[in-house]
Amino acid sequence: MSVPAELLYTQEHEWIAIAGGTATIGITDYATQALGDVVYVSLPEVGAAVTAGEPCGEVESTKSVSDLYSPVDGEVTEVNEELNDDPGLINAEPYGLGWMFRVQVAGGQAAGTGLLSPAEYDALTRSAG
Amino acid sequence: MISDTPLRAVHERLGATMTEFAGWLMPLRYRSETAEHNAVRTGAALFDLSHMGEIAVTGPGAGAALDYAVTGWPSALAVGRARYTMLCAPDGGILDDLIVYRQADERFLVVANASNTDVVLAELAKRCSGAALVADESAVTGLVSIQGPNGCGILSSVTGIPVAEMKYYAGAYGTVAGREAWVARTGYTGEDGFEIFCAPADCEPLWDALAAAAPGGVPPAGLAARDTLRLEAGMPLYGNELGPDVTPYEAGLGRVVRLDKPGDFVGRDALAARAEAGPRRKLVGLLSGSRRVPRHGYAVLSGTGAAGVVTSGAPSPTLGRPIAMAYVEPYATGPFGIDVRGTTEPAEVTALPFYDRRK
Repeated sequence: MSVPAELLYTQEHEWIAIAGGTATIGITDYATQALGDVVYVSLPEVGAAVTAGEPCGEVESTKSVSDLYSPVDGEVTEVNEELNDDPGLINAEPYGLGWMFRVQVAGGQAAGTGLLSPAEYDALTRSAG
Repeated sequence: MISDTPLRAVHERLGATMTEFAGWLMPLRYRSETAEHNAVRTGAALFDLSHMGEIAVTGPGAGAALDYAVTGWPSALAVGRARYTMLCAPDGGILDDLIVYRQADERFLVVANASNTDVVLAELAKRCSGAALVADESAVTGLVSIQGPNGCGILSSVTGIPVAEMKYYAGAYGTVAGREAWVARTGYTGEDGFEIFCAPADCEPLWDALAAAAPGGVPPAGLAARDTLRLEAGMPLYGNELGPDVTPYEAGLGRVVRLDKPGDFVGRDALAARAEAGPRRKLVGLLSGSRRVPRHGYAVLSGTGAAGVVTSGAPSPTLGRPIAMAYVEPYATGPFGIDVRGTTEPAEVTALPFYDRRK
């Protein structure tokens, strides 16, 4: 189970890379293995306001559907259009080509607030079995 | 308590994601369930089905006893043939769907869903009481299946049984990879395939021999692929399309009720009345017009409101779009929509099955 050290994580099994006020968001290797093959992902619209902890999309796999949450407050600046044609990228490269959306983080939210460190996330997935 | 199949170590070695299913720890998938599904459609794959219930009904009166117990006509089966049938309650409700194999003149093997094995065993024991011997052989029977168009050739290479000449829904005793087995041309995938019943201790060597019997190996497939395969093939799943509140007629399976057989059987009066009156609802196939997947329990809508409920739904690897089976009002004609978590998505009715290998 891959948990890259340079990323931050959420309880909902998403990863966040924060750079220069922009957060790039996807779902973790653990999430993709729990879901199985992702067949469709519904992403927020560019320009949409998102709120930390609130659903902003859906991830459909063979057996289930899950909400996609924004881990931060802010405005969506970009979504990964490639996933529309090839949602399998999420399984193949959850931390790379399978990224989902980018958010300009709202001012005042300190980077990393309420997010899990790699060590904390690793512990979470181990306790979940 | 959760039971292990005789192949647990094999699944772990293969890196399977395991899941609890009907009291058994079963492989859900090994790698990509879509790839496993496609392997069955285009080549072959192996399944561990050791969770299924196997009940032997034996003795001189076994055929007649089963004729009373189930909706089909097992006594009319030739030795070496099999039939899909149902165990119904006196009110016609389905207690389980079964495959009955006539393995010998006085021996029938009844294969039940894992979740219903206890119910089927109790009902058969009661209904056959005094007329035949009913024995639960589930714990001493393992079940390995090879499914897919290449399955016959692969199996032929490790058995002396002339499986290429075997008819669909037939079976024979013989050896596979040197192990004694009952081999039947049956399955739950919509492809050609074989089910191999053997002693639990023989499952692993038999599995390994089959897995190695094709260049590059024969991949394993888990329950996730089994579910999308059977759904594409329009095959019902107990607990989804079938249950005690459903008769075979609603499920479009009235052909399994042999009202033409002689003698009484459990549920005959209720089923005859249902056949006369027509079904209270009908099972339909739906093709989604959206990429959002209809799931079990979602409401089916027509222009005027509620029309039914989705019983099974999944993204179809073969069709490349979501498919579903649903019970709808008998006279509902659509156009239909499906309430996918608050948004109505369009769906069109299509004839079942969604996928037919002969077309």
